[in-house]
Amino acid sequence: MSGHATYQPTNRVLQWLEKRLPIGGLVHSSFIAYPTPRNLNYWWAFGGILSFMLGVQIITGIVLAMHYTPHVDMAFKSIEIVMRDVNFGWLLRYLHANGAAMFFLAVYIHMFRGLYYGSYKEPREVLWILGVILYLLMMATGFMGYVLVWGQMSFWAATVITNLFSAIPGVGDAIVTWLWGGYAVGNPTLNRFYSLHYLLPFVIAGVVVLHVWALHVTGQNNPTGIEPKSDQDTVSFTPYATIKDGFLMVCFCILFAWFVFYIPNFLGHSDNYIPANPAVTPSEIVPEWYYLPFYAILRSIPNKLLGVIALFGSIGILAFLPWLDTSKVRSARYRPLFRQFFWLFVIAAVGLGWLGTKPPEGIYVILARILTFYYFAFFLIVLPLLGIFEKTKPLPNSISESVLGAKA
Amino acid sequence: MTKQPGERAQDVTTVSSAEHSRRDFLYIATGAVGVVGAAAALVPLIAQMNPDASTIAAGAPVEIDLAPIADGQIVKVFWRSKPIFISHRTKKDIEEAQKVDVANLPDPEPDSERVKQGHDQWLVVIGICTHLGCIPLAHQGEYDGWFCPCHGSQYDTAGRIRKGPAPKNLPLPPYAFISDTKIRIG
Repeated sequence: MSGHATYQPTNRVLQWLEKRLPIGGLVHSSFIAYPTPRNLNYWWAFGGILSFMLGVQIITGIVLAMHYTPHVDMAFKSIEIVMRDVNFGWLLRYLHANGAAMFFLAVYIHMFRGLYYGSYKEPREVLWILGVILYLLMMATGFMGYVLVWGQMSFWAATVITNLFSAIPGVGDAIVTWLWGGYAVGNPTLNRFYSLHYLLPFVIAGVVVLHVWALHVTGQNNPTGIEPKSDQDTVSFTPYATIKDGFLMVCFCILFAWFVFYIPNFLGHSDNYIPANPAVTPSEIVPEWYYLPFYAILRSIPNKLLGVIALFGSIGILAFLPWLDTSKVRSARYRPLFRQFFWLFVIAAVGLGWLGTKPPEGIYVILARILTFYYFAFFLIVLPLLGIFEKTKPLPNSISESVLGAKA
Repeated sequence: MTKQPGERAQDVTTVSSAEHSRRDFLYIATGAVGVVGAAAALVPLIAQMNPDASTIAAGAPVEIDLAPIADGQIVKVFWRSKPIFISHRTKKDIEEAQKVDVANLPDPEPDSERVKQGHDQWLVVIGICTHLGCIPLAHQGEYDGWFCPCHGSQYDTAGRIRKGPAPKNLPLPPYAFISDTKIRIG
Protein backbone atom coordinates (compact mmCIF):
# COMPACT_ATOMS: atom_id res chain seq x y z
CA MET A 1 0.00 0.00 0.00
CA SER A 2 1.81 3.14 -1.14
CA GLY A 3 1.46 6.75 -0.21
CA HIS A 4 1.72 6.37 3.55
CA ALA A 5 4.39 7.17 6.11
CA THR A 6 7.41 4.90 5.89
CA TYR A 7 9.37 3.91 8.94
CA GLN A 8 12.20 6.37 9.66
CA PRO A 9 13.64 5.72 13.10
CA THR A 10 15.39 8.68 14.66
CA ASN A 11 17.11 6.57 17.32
CA ARG A 12 20.61 5.43 16.22
CA VAL A 13 20.24 1.98 17.78
CA LEU A 14 16.95 1.43 15.96
CA GLN A 15 18.51 2.55 12.70
CA TRP A 16 21.32 0.04 13.23
CA LEU A 17 18.82 -2.75 13.87
CA GLU A 18 16.61 -1.77 10.96
CA LYS A 19 19.49 -2.21 8.52
CA ARG A 20 20.11 -5.73 9.80
CA LEU A 21 16.62 -7.01 10.67
CA PRO A 22 13.84 -4.65 9.53
CA ILE A 23 11.41 -5.77 12.20
CA GLY A 24 10.67 -2.20 13.22
CA GLY A 25 9.67 -1.40 9.68
CA LEU A 26 7.52 -4.52 9.48
CA VAL A 27 5.62 -3.66 12.66
CA HIS A 28 5.28 -0.08 11.49
CA SER A 29 3.91 -0.90 8.07
CA SER A 30 1.65 -3.69 9.34
CA PHE A 31 0.14 -2.20 12.47
CA ILE A 32 0.95 1.50 12.67
CA ALA A 33 0.88 3.14 9.28
CA TYR A 34 -1.21 0.35 7.73
CA PRO A 35 -4.09 1.91 5.75
CA THR A 36 -7.37 0.81 7.26
CA PRO A 37 -10.81 1.55 5.81
CA ARG A 38 -12.19 4.44 7.78
CA ASN A 39 -15.71 2.98 8.06
CA LEU A 40 -14.89 -0.22 9.98
CA ASN A 41 -17.44 -0.88 12.71
CA TYR A 42 -16.97 -2.77 15.97
CA TRP A 43 -17.59 -6.15 14.31
CA TRP A 44 -14.08 -5.74 12.93
CA ALA A 45 -12.52 -5.67 16.39
CA PHE A 46 -12.80 -9.41 16.91
CA GLY A 47 -9.69 -10.34 14.96
CA GLY A 48 -7.61 -8.43 17.48
CA ILE A 49 -9.63 -9.91 20.31
CA LEU A 50 -8.93 -13.40 18.98
CA SER A 51 -5.19 -12.75 18.90
CA PHE A 52 -5.39 -11.49 22.47
CA MET A 53 -7.36 -14.57 23.57
CA LEU A 54 -4.86 -16.88 21.90
CA GLY A 55 -2.17 -15.18 23.95
CA VAL A 56 -4.22 -15.57 27.13
CA GLN A 57 -4.84 -19.26 26.47
CA ILE A 58 -1.18 -19.97 25.68
CA ILE A 59 0.14 -18.11 28.74
CA THR A 60 -2.39 -19.57 31.20
CA GLY A 61 -1.95 -22.97 29.58
CA ILE A 62 1.84 -22.94 29.96
CA VAL A 63 1.68 -22.02 33.66
CA LEU A 64 -1.05 -24.62 34.26
CA ALA A 65 1.17 -27.20 32.55
CA MET A 66 3.73 -26.60 35.32
CA HIS A 67 1.29 -28.20 37.79
CA TYR A 68 -0.68 -30.74 35.72
CA THR A 69 0.10 -34.46 35.64
CA PRO A 70 -1.03 -36.26 32.44
CA HIS A 71 -1.60 -39.68 34.01
CA VAL A 72 -4.99 -41.29 34.54
CA ASP A 73 -4.30 -41.72 38.27
CA MET A 74 -3.17 -38.15 38.85
CA ALA A 75 -4.79 -35.90 36.23
CA PHE A 76 -8.04 -35.08 38.02
CA LYS A 77 -6.26 -34.74 41.36
CA SER A 78 -3.55 -32.48 39.94
CA ILE A 79 -6.22 -30.06 38.74
CA GLU A 80 -7.82 -30.05 42.20
CA ILE A 81 -4.35 -29.31 43.60
CA VAL A 82 -4.12 -26.40 41.17
CA MET A 83 -7.51 -25.15 42.36
CA ARG A 84 -6.74 -25.51 46.08
CA ASP A 85 -2.99 -25.32 46.69
CA VAL A 86 -1.21 -23.54 43.86
CA ASN A 87 -0.86 -19.80 44.39
CA PHE A 88 -3.58 -18.19 42.23
CA GLY A 89 -4.20 -21.63 40.75
CA TRP A 90 -7.97 -21.16 40.93
CA LEU A 91 -7.62 -17.97 38.87
CA LEU A 92 -5.38 -19.55 36.24
CA ARG A 93 -7.69 -22.55 35.82
CA TYR A 94 -10.86 -20.48 35.55
CA LEU A 95 -9.12 -18.07 33.13
CA HIS A 96 -8.10 -20.99 30.93
CA ALA A 97 -11.45 -22.80 30.98
CA ASN A 98 -13.59 -19.70 30.52
CA GLY A 99 -10.99 -18.28 28.17
CA ALA A 100 -11.69 -21.17 25.81
CA ALA A 101 -15.39 -20.28 25.85
CA MET A 102 -14.64 -16.61 25.22
CA PHE A 103 -12.24 -17.64 22.44
CA PHE A 104 -15.06 -19.51 20.72
CA LEU A 105 -17.57 -16.70 21.30
CA ALA A 106 -15.17 -14.30 19.60
CA VAL A 107 -14.52 -16.69 16.71
CA TYR A 108 -18.22 -17.18 16.02
CA ILE A 109 -18.80 -13.42 15.97
CA HIS A 110 -15.74 -13.06 13.72
CA MET A 111 -17.04 -15.73 11.34
CA PHE A 112 -20.56 -14.32 11.21
CA ARG A 113 -19.10 -10.89 10.46
CA GLY A 114 -17.23 -12.48 7.51
CA LEU A 115 -20.42 -14.16 6.35
CA TYR A 116 -22.52 -11.00 6.56
CA TYR A 117 -20.13 -8.62 4.85
CA GLY A 118 -18.85 -11.05 2.21
CA SER A 119 -15.30 -11.00 3.52
CA TYR A 120 -14.80 -14.47 2.03
CA LYS A 121 -15.29 -13.28 -1.55
CA GLU A 122 -12.65 -12.67 -4.17
CA PRO A 123 -9.76 -11.79 -3.54
CA ARG A 124 -10.01 -13.01 0.07
CA GLU A 125 -10.72 -16.71 -0.58
CA VAL A 126 -7.39 -17.91 0.87
CA LEU A 127 -7.84 -15.65 3.89
CA TRP A 128 -11.23 -17.29 4.51
CA ILE A 129 -9.91 -20.83 4.01
CA LEU A 130 -7.04 -20.16 6.44
CA GLY A 131 -9.75 -19.06 8.83
CA VAL A 132 -11.61 -22.34 8.39
CA ILE A 133 -8.35 -24.18 9.10
CA LEU A 134 -7.87 -22.07 12.24
CA TYR A 135 -11.41 -22.91 13.33
CA LEU A 136 -10.77 -26.65 12.90
CA LEU A 137 -7.51 -26.37 14.85
CA MET A 138 -9.35 -24.53 17.61
CA MET A 139 -11.99 -27.25 17.80
CA ALA A 140 -9.36 -29.99 18.04
CA THR A 141 -7.42 -28.07 20.69
CA GLY A 142 -10.53 -27.33 22.74
CA PHE A 143 -11.70 -30.93 22.58
CA MET A 144 -8.35 -32.32 23.75
CA GLY A 145 -8.06 -29.72 26.49
CA TYR A 146 -11.42 -30.76 27.87
CA VAL A 147 -10.35 -34.41 27.90
CA LEU A 148 -7.30 -33.55 30.02
CA VAL A 149 -9.53 -32.81 33.03
CA TRP A 150 -10.29 -36.54 33.09
CA GLY A 151 -13.73 -36.08 34.58
CA GLN A 152 -16.74 -38.13 33.51
CA MET A 153 -17.57 -35.81 30.64
CA SER A 154 -13.91 -35.69 29.56
CA PHE A 155 -13.64 -39.47 29.36
CA TRP A 156 -16.95 -40.10 27.62
CA ALA A 157 -16.56 -37.20 25.19
CA ALA A 158 -13.19 -38.71 24.26
CA THR A 159 -14.86 -42.10 23.78
CA VAL A 160 -17.69 -40.73 21.65
CA ILE A 161 -15.58 -38.47 19.46
CA THR A 162 -12.81 -41.02 18.82
CA ASN A 163 -15.50 -43.62 18.07
CA LEU A 164 -16.78 -41.40 15.25
CA PHE A 165 -13.89 -42.62 13.17
CA SER A 166 -15.11 -46.22 13.40
CA ALA A 167 -17.78 -45.15 10.91
CA ILE A 168 -15.12 -45.13 8.18
CA PRO A 169 -15.63 -48.34 6.23
CA GLY A 170 -12.83 -50.87 6.37
CA VAL A 171 -10.05 -49.02 8.20
CA GLY A 172 -12.32 -47.33 10.76
CA ASP A 173 -11.64 -49.67 13.68
CA ALA A 174 -7.90 -49.68 13.03
CA ILE A 175 -7.88 -45.90 13.04
CA VAL A 176 -9.76 -45.78 16.34
CA THR A 177 -7.35 -48.25 17.96
CA TRP A 178 -4.48 -46.18 16.64
CA LEU A 179 -5.98 -43.00 18.13
CA TRP A 180 -6.56 -44.69 21.46
CA GLY A 181 -3.18 -46.39 21.71
CA GLY A 182 -5.07 -49.23 23.39
CA TYR A 183 -8.35 -51.11 23.44
CA ALA A 184 -10.27 -48.14 24.82
CA VAL A 185 -9.67 -44.54 25.86
CA GLY A 186 -7.01 -44.80 28.55
CA ASN A 187 -3.64 -43.52 29.72
CA PRO A 188 -1.95 -43.59 26.28
CA THR A 189 -4.85 -41.51 24.94
CA LEU A 190 -4.54 -38.98 27.75
CA ASN A 191 -0.79 -38.65 27.31
CA ARG A 192 -0.94 -38.06 23.57
CA PHE A 193 -3.84 -35.60 23.93
CA TYR A 194 -1.66 -33.65 26.38
CA SER A 195 1.21 -33.52 23.93
CA LEU A 196 -1.03 -32.42 21.06
CA HIS A 197 -2.98 -29.95 23.21
CA TYR A 198 0.33 -28.24 24.03
CA LEU A 199 1.41 -28.33 20.37
CA LEU A 200 -1.66 -27.17 18.46
CA PRO A 201 -1.91 -23.63 19.89
CA PHE A 202 1.51 -22.93 18.42
CA VAL A 203 0.35 -24.35 15.09
CA ILE A 204 -2.63 -22.00 15.45
CA ALA A 205 -0.23 -19.11 16.06
CA GLY A 206 1.66 -19.99 12.89
CA VAL A 207 -1.51 -20.15 10.80
CA VAL A 208 -2.61 -16.84 12.36
CA VAL A 209 0.57 -15.31 10.91
CA LEU A 210 -0.44 -16.63 7.47
CA HIS A 211 -4.00 -15.39 8.06
CA VAL A 212 -2.84 -11.84 8.88
CA TRP A 213 -0.37 -11.92 6.01
CA ALA A 214 -3.13 -12.93 3.58
CA LEU A 215 -5.26 -10.15 5.04
CA HIS A 216 -2.57 -7.54 4.55
CA VAL A 217 -2.05 -8.55 0.93
CA THR A 218 -5.66 -7.83 0.01
CA GLY A 219 -6.43 -5.26 2.68
CA GLN A 220 -9.40 -5.41 4.98
CA ASN A 221 -12.96 -5.67 3.77
CA ASN A 222 -15.33 -3.00 5.12
CA PRO A 223 -19.06 -2.64 5.73
CA THR A 224 -19.77 -1.37 2.19
CA GLY A 225 -17.87 -4.20 0.53
CA ILE A 226 -16.27 -1.67 -1.80
CA GLU A 227 -12.47 -1.57 -1.92
CA PRO A 228 -10.75 1.69 -0.87
CA LYS A 229 -10.27 3.87 -3.94
CA SER A 230 -8.08 6.64 -2.55
CA ASP A 231 -6.27 7.75 0.57
CA GLN A 232 -9.50 9.49 1.54
CA ASP A 233 -11.04 6.11 2.17
CA THR A 234 -8.47 4.96 4.72
CA VAL A 235 -6.86 6.03 7.98
CA SER A 236 -3.67 4.77 9.59
CA PHE A 237 -4.22 1.67 11.72
CA THR A 238 -2.66 3.37 14.74
CA PRO A 239 -4.18 5.22 16.54
CA TYR A 240 -7.66 4.72 15.08
CA ALA A 241 -8.13 0.99 14.73
CA THR A 242 -5.75 0.29 17.60
CA ILE A 243 -7.83 2.29 20.05
CA LYS A 244 -11.16 1.05 18.68
CA ASP A 245 -9.96 -2.57 18.98
CA GLY A 246 -8.52 -1.82 22.41
CA PHE A 247 -11.81 -0.40 23.63
CA LEU A 248 -13.85 -3.40 22.55
CA MET A 249 -11.15 -5.65 23.96
CA VAL A 250 -11.70 -4.03 27.35
CA CYS A 251 -15.47 -4.55 27.10
CA PHE A 252 -14.87 -8.15 26.07
CA CYS A 253 -12.57 -8.61 29.05
CA ILE A 254 -15.30 -7.28 31.34
CA LEU A 255 -17.57 -10.07 30.09
CA PHE A 256 -14.70 -12.53 30.47
CA ALA A 257 -14.04 -11.33 34.03
CA TRP A 258 -17.75 -11.63 34.83
CA PHE A 259 -17.60 -15.34 34.08
CA VAL A 260 -14.21 -15.95 35.73
CA PHE A 261 -15.00 -14.21 39.01
CA TYR A 262 -18.77 -14.63 39.47
CA ILE A 263 -20.00 -17.66 37.50
CA PRO A 264 -16.88 -19.65 36.63
CA ASN A 265 -18.66 -23.00 36.34
CA PHE A 266 -21.80 -21.78 34.59
CA LEU A 267 -20.70 -22.88 31.13
CA GLY A 268 -19.33 -26.21 32.30
CA HIS A 269 -21.09 -29.45 33.13
CA SER A 270 -21.19 -30.52 36.76
CA ASP A 271 -20.56 -34.16 35.75
CA ASN A 272 -17.01 -33.19 34.93
CA TYR A 273 -16.33 -32.78 38.63
CA ILE A 274 -16.78 -36.54 38.95
CA PRO A 275 -13.52 -38.42 38.26
CA ALA A 276 -13.65 -40.49 35.07
CA ASN A 277 -15.22 -43.92 35.50
CA PRO A 278 -14.77 -46.20 32.47
CA ALA A 279 -17.55 -48.48 33.73
CA VAL A 280 -20.33 -45.88 34.02
CA THR A 281 -21.59 -43.58 31.28
CA PRO A 282 -23.36 -40.42 32.49
CA SER A 283 -27.10 -40.18 31.75
CA GLU A 284 -26.48 -37.43 29.23
CA ILE A 285 -23.25 -36.77 27.35
CA VAL A 286 -23.17 -33.17 26.21
CA PRO A 287 -20.23 -31.28 24.74
CA GLU A 288 -19.36 -27.72 25.70
CA TRP A 289 -21.73 -25.14 24.23
CA TYR A 290 -19.48 -24.23 21.31
CA TYR A 291 -19.78 -27.72 19.81
CA LEU A 292 -23.54 -28.09 20.35
CA PRO A 293 -24.79 -27.13 16.85
CA PHE A 294 -22.58 -29.76 15.23
CA TYR A 295 -23.59 -32.29 17.87
CA ALA A 296 -27.23 -31.68 16.92
CA ILE A 297 -26.43 -32.12 13.22
CA LEU A 298 -24.62 -35.39 13.95
CA ARG A 299 -27.54 -36.78 15.91
CA SER A 300 -30.19 -35.71 13.44
CA ILE A 301 -28.97 -38.15 10.77
CA PRO A 302 -30.18 -41.70 11.55
CA ASN A 303 -27.27 -43.39 9.73
CA LYS A 304 -23.92 -43.67 11.54
CA LEU A 305 -21.62 -43.00 8.57
CA LEU A 306 -23.83 -40.32 7.03
CA GLY A 307 -24.13 -38.63 10.42
CA VAL A 308 -20.34 -38.42 10.68
CA ILE A 309 -20.11 -37.15 7.11
CA ALA A 310 -22.76 -34.51 7.91
CA LEU A 311 -20.81 -33.50 11.02
CA PHE A 312 -17.50 -32.96 9.25
CA GLY A 313 -19.28 -31.71 6.17
CA SER A 314 -21.04 -28.98 8.09
CA ILE A 315 -17.65 -27.48 8.90
CA GLY A 316 -15.91 -28.42 5.67
CA ILE A 317 -18.59 -26.76 3.58
CA LEU A 318 -17.41 -23.41 4.94
CA ALA A 319 -14.24 -23.73 2.88
CA PHE A 320 -16.27 -23.70 -0.32
CA LEU A 321 -18.23 -20.59 0.58
CA PRO A 322 -16.32 -18.23 -1.76
CA TRP A 323 -17.49 -20.33 -4.72
CA LEU A 324 -20.95 -21.24 -3.46
CA ASP A 325 -21.98 -17.61 -3.13
CA THR A 326 -22.31 -16.37 -6.70
CA SER A 327 -23.34 -12.79 -5.96
CA LYS A 328 -21.14 -10.01 -7.32
CA VAL A 329 -22.14 -7.78 -4.40
CA ARG A 330 -20.13 -8.34 -1.24
CA SER A 331 -21.86 -6.74 1.69
CA ALA A 332 -25.24 -7.79 3.06
CA ARG A 333 -25.93 -4.09 3.51
CA TYR A 334 -26.86 -3.97 -0.15
CA ARG A 335 -28.36 -7.47 -0.37
CA PRO A 336 -31.82 -7.33 1.26
CA LEU A 337 -32.81 -10.92 0.40
CA PHE A 338 -29.47 -12.38 1.48
CA ARG A 339 -29.81 -10.52 4.76
CA GLN A 340 -33.03 -12.33 5.58
CA PHE A 341 -31.58 -15.74 4.80
CA PHE A 342 -28.50 -14.80 6.82
CA TRP A 343 -30.51 -14.07 9.95
CA LEU A 344 -32.49 -17.27 9.45
CA PHE A 345 -29.12 -19.03 9.32
CA VAL A 346 -28.09 -17.40 12.60
CA ILE A 347 -31.37 -18.55 14.17
CA ALA A 348 -30.83 -22.04 12.76
CA ALA A 349 -27.30 -22.19 14.18
CA VAL A 350 -28.41 -21.05 17.63
CA GLY A 351 -31.45 -23.34 17.41
CA LEU A 352 -29.27 -26.31 16.58
CA GLY A 353 -27.13 -25.40 19.55
CA TRP A 354 -30.14 -25.45 21.83
CA LEU A 355 -31.34 -28.74 20.35
CA GLY A 356 -27.89 -30.18 21.06
CA THR A 357 -28.69 -29.97 24.78
CA LYS A 358 -31.95 -31.86 24.40
CA PRO A 359 -32.34 -35.66 24.30
CA PRO A 360 -32.64 -36.90 20.70
CA GLU A 361 -36.34 -37.78 20.98
CA GLY A 362 -39.70 -36.68 19.64
CA ILE A 363 -40.11 -33.08 18.50
CA TYR A 364 -36.42 -32.34 19.11
CA VAL A 365 -35.36 -34.79 16.42
CA ILE A 366 -37.83 -33.32 13.92
CA LEU A 367 -36.72 -29.76 14.63
CA ALA A 368 -33.04 -30.76 14.42
CA ARG A 369 -33.62 -32.36 11.02
CA ILE A 370 -35.43 -29.28 9.72
CA LEU A 371 -32.66 -26.96 10.93
CA THR A 372 -29.92 -29.27 9.63
CA PHE A 373 -31.63 -29.23 6.26
CA TYR A 374 -31.73 -25.43 6.34
CA TYR A 375 -28.08 -25.30 7.39
CA PHE A 376 -26.96 -27.21 4.31
CA ALA A 377 -29.59 -25.66 2.03
CA PHE A 378 -28.30 -22.21 2.95
CA PHE A 379 -24.88 -23.05 1.54
CA LEU A 380 -25.81 -25.40 -1.28
CA ILE A 381 -29.08 -23.94 -2.59
CA VAL A 382 -29.76 -20.44 -1.28
CA LEU A 383 -26.35 -18.84 -1.81
CA PRO A 384 -25.75 -20.12 -5.34
CA LEU A 385 -29.26 -19.07 -6.43
CA LEU A 386 -29.29 -15.68 -4.71
CA GLY A 387 -26.38 -14.54 -6.83
CA ILE A 388 -28.49 -15.07 -9.90
CA PHE A 389 -31.91 -13.88 -8.76
CA GLU A 390 -31.33 -11.27 -6.06
CA LYS A 391 -32.04 -7.63 -6.78
CA THR A 392 -29.29 -5.81 -4.90
CA LYS A 393 -29.40 -2.18 -3.74
CA PRO A 394 -27.23 0.36 -5.54
CA LEU A 395 -23.69 0.56 -4.19
CA PRO A 396 -22.15 3.87 -3.10
CA ASN A 397 -19.30 5.19 -5.24
CA SER A 398 -16.72 4.97 -2.50
CA ILE A 399 -16.22 4.39 1.20
CA SER A 400 -15.83 8.10 1.82
CA GLU A 401 -19.08 8.76 0.06
CA SER A 402 -20.91 6.20 2.16
CA VAL A 403 -19.51 7.78 5.34
CA LEU A 404 -19.55 11.49 4.52
CA GLY A 405 -22.32 11.65 1.98
CA ALA A 406 -22.12 12.64 -1.69
CA LYS A 407 -20.40 15.98 -1.02
CA ALA A 408 -17.20 14.26 0.25
CA MET B 1 -13.26 21.80 10.09
CA THR B 2 -14.14 21.03 6.47
CA LYS B 3 -11.79 18.78 4.65
CA GLN B 4 -9.65 20.45 2.02
CA PRO B 5 -9.08 18.45 -1.17
CA GLY B 6 -6.01 16.31 -0.78
CA GLU B 7 -5.93 16.63 3.02
CA ARG B 8 -5.18 13.25 4.48
CA ALA B 9 -7.30 11.56 7.10
CA GLN B 10 -4.41 10.98 9.45
CA ASP B 11 -3.36 14.65 9.79
CA VAL B 12 -3.55 15.57 13.44
CA THR B 13 -4.77 18.91 14.68
CA THR B 14 -1.64 20.93 15.27
CA VAL B 15 -1.13 22.09 18.79
CA SER B 16 1.50 24.46 20.07
CA SER B 17 4.22 22.59 21.88
CA ALA B 18 3.68 24.56 25.08
CA GLU B 19 0.18 23.26 25.79
CA HIS B 20 -0.80 19.62 26.20
CA SER B 21 -3.71 18.52 24.10
CA ARG B 22 -6.58 16.42 25.29
CA ARG B 23 -5.25 13.66 23.11
CA ASP B 24 -1.91 13.70 24.96
CA PHE B 25 -3.76 13.38 28.24
CA LEU B 26 -5.80 10.47 26.96
CA TYR B 27 -2.73 8.70 25.61
CA ILE B 28 -0.83 9.12 28.86
CA ALA B 29 -3.80 8.12 31.00
CA THR B 30 -4.54 5.04 28.88
CA GLY B 31 -0.88 4.09 28.85
CA ALA B 32 -0.61 4.42 32.63
CA VAL B 33 -3.69 2.26 33.23
CA GLY B 34 -2.34 -0.24 30.73
CA VAL B 35 1.00 -0.48 32.53
CA VAL B 36 -0.72 -0.96 35.91
CA GLY B 37 -2.94 -3.64 34.36
CA ALA B 38 0.01 -5.42 32.81
CA ALA B 39 1.90 -5.41 36.11
CA ALA B 40 -1.16 -6.71 37.94
CA ALA B 41 -1.58 -9.46 35.35
CA LEU B 42 2.03 -10.48 35.89
CA VAL B 43 1.57 -11.07 39.65
CA PRO B 44 -0.37 -14.37 39.54
CA LEU B 45 1.74 -15.68 36.66
CA ILE B 46 4.93 -15.28 38.68
CA ALA B 47 3.42 -16.15 42.09
CA GLN B 48 2.14 -19.51 40.86
CA MET B 49 5.71 -20.79 40.61
CA ASN B 50 6.33 -20.27 44.34
CA PRO B 51 5.83 -23.32 46.59
CA ASP B 52 2.13 -24.11 46.77
CA ALA B 53 0.10 -24.71 49.93
CA SER B 54 0.57 -28.49 49.88
CA THR B 55 4.35 -28.15 49.54
CA ILE B 56 4.44 -25.65 52.40
CA ALA B 57 2.25 -27.97 54.48
CA ALA B 58 4.60 -30.85 53.76
CA GLY B 59 7.42 -28.68 55.11
CA ALA B 60 5.86 -28.39 58.53
CA PRO B 61 8.06 -29.21 61.57
CA VAL B 62 8.78 -32.91 62.23
CA GLU B 63 9.23 -34.54 65.61
CA ILE B 64 11.98 -37.12 65.95
CA ASP B 65 12.17 -39.63 68.80
CA LEU B 66 15.83 -39.91 69.87
CA ALA B 67 15.39 -42.92 72.19
CA PRO B 68 16.00 -45.64 69.57
CA ILE B 69 19.24 -44.01 68.39
CA ALA B 70 22.16 -45.92 69.91
CA ASP B 71 25.37 -44.41 71.22
CA GLY B 72 27.60 -43.66 68.22
CA GLN B 73 24.77 -44.15 65.73
CA ILE B 74 24.00 -41.55 63.06
CA VAL B 75 20.47 -41.39 61.64
CA LYS B 76 19.25 -39.60 58.49
CA VAL B 77 15.80 -37.97 58.29
CA PHE B 78 14.27 -35.61 55.74
CA TRP B 79 12.82 -32.24 56.53
CA ARG B 80 11.75 -29.86 53.71
CA SER B 81 13.34 -32.29 51.27
CA LYS B 82 16.75 -31.81 52.93
CA PRO B 83 18.66 -34.70 54.60
CA ILE B 84 19.27 -34.08 58.31
CA PHE B 85 22.04 -36.01 60.14
CA ILE B 86 21.18 -36.80 63.76
CA SER B 87 24.37 -38.02 65.43
CA HIS B 88 24.29 -39.62 68.89
CA ARG B 89 27.89 -38.69 69.72
CA THR B 90 30.13 -40.88 71.92
CA LYS B 91 32.22 -39.38 74.73
CA LYS B 92 35.24 -39.67 72.45
CA ASP B 93 33.45 -37.75 69.67
CA ILE B 94 32.51 -34.95 72.07
CA GLU B 95 36.05 -34.67 73.46
CA GLU B 96 37.58 -34.50 69.97
CA ALA B 97 35.11 -31.81 68.98
CA GLN B 98 35.75 -29.70 72.09
CA LYS B 99 39.55 -30.06 72.14
CA VAL B 100 40.07 -28.42 68.73
CA ASP B 101 41.84 -25.05 68.36
CA VAL B 102 38.85 -23.10 67.03
CA ALA B 103 40.83 -20.15 65.63
CA ASN B 104 42.67 -22.34 63.13
CA LEU B 105 39.54 -23.90 61.65
CA PRO B 106 38.61 -23.01 58.03
CA ASP B 107 35.21 -21.91 59.37
CA PRO B 108 35.82 -21.10 63.07
CA GLU B 109 32.98 -22.18 65.34
CA PRO B 110 33.25 -23.67 68.84
CA ASP B 111 31.50 -26.99 69.48
CA SER B 112 29.28 -25.36 72.12
CA GLU B 113 27.61 -23.26 69.42
CA ARG B 114 26.74 -26.30 67.36
CA VAL B 115 24.80 -28.24 70.01
CA LYS B 116 21.99 -27.39 72.43
CA GLN B 117 23.00 -26.63 76.01
CA GLY B 118 22.88 -29.74 78.19
CA HIS B 119 22.59 -31.99 75.13
CA ASP B 120 26.24 -32.28 74.05
CA GLN B 121 25.76 -35.82 72.82
CA TRP B 122 23.29 -34.82 70.13
CA LEU B 123 24.53 -33.22 66.90
CA VAL B 124 21.81 -32.22 64.43
CA VAL B 125 23.07 -30.84 61.09
CA ILE B 126 21.84 -30.52 57.51
CA GLY B 127 23.65 -33.25 55.60
CA ILE B 128 24.44 -31.31 52.44
CA CYS B 129 28.09 -30.62 51.65
CA THR B 130 28.61 -26.86 51.59
CA HIS B 131 30.80 -27.21 48.52
CA LEU B 132 28.45 -28.27 45.71
CA GLY B 133 25.64 -30.09 47.44
CA CYS B 134 26.48 -33.82 47.65
CA ILE B 135 25.56 -35.85 50.74
CA PRO B 136 28.72 -36.67 52.80
CA LEU B 137 29.29 -40.22 54.05
CA ALA B 138 29.24 -40.87 57.79
CA HIS B 139 31.99 -42.48 59.90
CA GLN B 140 34.62 -41.71 57.28
CA GLY B 141 37.53 -39.37 56.87
CA GLU B 142 40.48 -38.42 59.10
CA TYR B 143 38.41 -36.54 61.64
CA ASP B 144 35.97 -39.32 62.61
CA GLY B 145 33.15 -37.32 61.06
CA TRP B 146 31.98 -37.22 57.46
CA PHE B 147 33.69 -37.55 54.09
CA CYS B 148 32.22 -36.14 50.91
CA PRO B 149 33.04 -38.44 47.96
CA CYS B 150 32.38 -35.82 45.28
CA HIS B 151 35.39 -33.58 45.84
CA GLY B 152 37.00 -34.85 49.06
CA SER B 153 35.74 -32.44 51.73
CA GLN B 154 36.12 -33.78 55.29
CA TYR B 155 34.02 -32.85 58.32
CA ASP B 156 34.72 -33.54 62.02
CA THR B 157 32.51 -34.88 64.82
CA ALA B 158 30.87 -31.48 65.12
CA GLY B 159 30.18 -31.35 61.40
CA ARG B 160 32.80 -28.66 60.86
CA ILE B 161 34.83 -28.49 57.65
CA ARG B 162 38.43 -29.41 58.27
CA LYS B 163 39.91 -30.30 54.91
CA GLY B 164 38.84 -29.97 51.30
CA PRO B 165 37.12 -27.42 49.07
CA ALA B 166 33.94 -26.88 51.13
CA PRO B 167 33.91 -23.32 52.53
CA LYS B 168 31.54 -23.65 55.50
CA ASN B 169 30.59 -26.05 58.29
CA LEU B 170 27.52 -28.24 57.85
CA PRO B 171 24.67 -25.86 58.67
CA LEU B 172 22.27 -26.38 61.56
CA PRO B 173 18.53 -26.65 60.91
CA PRO B 174 16.19 -24.86 63.28
CA TYR B 175 15.39 -27.38 66.03
CA ALA B 176 14.55 -27.62 69.72
CA PHE B 177 14.29 -30.26 72.43
CA ILE B 178 10.69 -30.79 73.40
CA SER B 179 11.76 -33.43 75.89
CA ASP B 180 15.02 -35.17 76.70
CA THR B 181 14.36 -37.80 74.07
CA LYS B 182 12.43 -35.83 71.46
CA ILE B 183 13.37 -32.99 69.16
CA ARG B 184 11.25 -30.91 66.81
CA ILE B 185 13.02 -29.92 63.62
CA GLY B 186 11.58 -26.82 61.96
